[in-house]
Amino acid sequence: MFEAIAFYLFAFLTIAMFYITVTTSQALYALSALAAGMIFISAFFFILGADFLGAIQIVVYSGAVMALYAFGMMFFDTTRDVKEKQGNKFIVVGLSVISAVLVVAIFSAPILGDNITALYPMIEGAGNTQEVGLVLFTKYLVPFEVAAVMLLVAMVAGIVLAGKKMDASLTLMSENDIRLMREEKNKKVLS
Amino acid sequence: MEIGLNHYLVLSTILFAIGLVGVMRRKNLLMLFFATEILLNSVNVAFAAISHYYGDLTGQMFAFFVIAIAASEVAVGLGLLVVWHKRHNNIDLDNMTSMRG
Repeated sequence: MFEAIAFYLFAFLTIAMFYITVTTSQALYALSALAAGMIFISAFFFILGADFLGAIQIVVYSGAVMALYAFGMMFFDTTRDVKEKQGNKFIVVGLSVISAVLVVAIFSAPILGDNITALYPMIEGAGNTQEVGLVLFTKYLVPFEVAAVMLLVAMVAGIVLAGKKMDASLTLMSENDIRLMREEKNKKVLS
Repeated sequence: MEIGLNHYLVLSTILFAIGLVGVMRRKNLLMLFFATEILLNSVNVAFAAISHYYGDLTGQMFAFFVIAIAASEVAVGLGLLVVWHKRHNNIDLDNMTSMRG
């Protein structure tokens, strides 16, 4: 009973938050609604008994990803309203619904065919975090390492892409140097 | 009233449809990234639900990997976006037509 109440409450909240995210014209509202939706998504993981996944969801999305997006919004000019594409609304909604139904068909086809067997069944008496650790560091060790390398590559790429011209520290330079640097930059932009 | 696997799959479908609508109608690239996050999260819900109802941990493992991929995608995508914004001073999708044939 409580599970049903929690499911419907959080389903409604999540759908409302994500609907605000895709329809609002203010970037700040979209960011806040997305952060709230991520927290509500983690509630489903807690209901489903995947405690560790829920904690990771809160830490990674509401902590790291939202901080990155907040940085991006400070960097870009987001005070003006976001312009939308003027397209046929029926085509957009129709294509989305068809694709979403296709995704569910992909998920449910093996279930309907009774083709699913538990490869790594849950261990009796062990907590969710313990189970996750046991499976992740035995059967999924190689994908785990590959994911670690991929995160390292992403970090290096982020530094290389966004960190250009950041070796010049504005707080340590004299006023004259800053003015010269700005003029040089303007010349480059105009040419 | 028992909450079954179908409830979670329907919820996942609705969230996925919302994300796809966002991808198709947004013009600002930052907003497009928000919509891709919604897509990835909706699939994560489906993975966790299937993992729970079949007593198998593989779904949760793949949800972890999806989260890792989403985090690195945001890092690289925002880096590229910063470079583009420095050079062209906007991040609208319609201006990125330099590769038009």
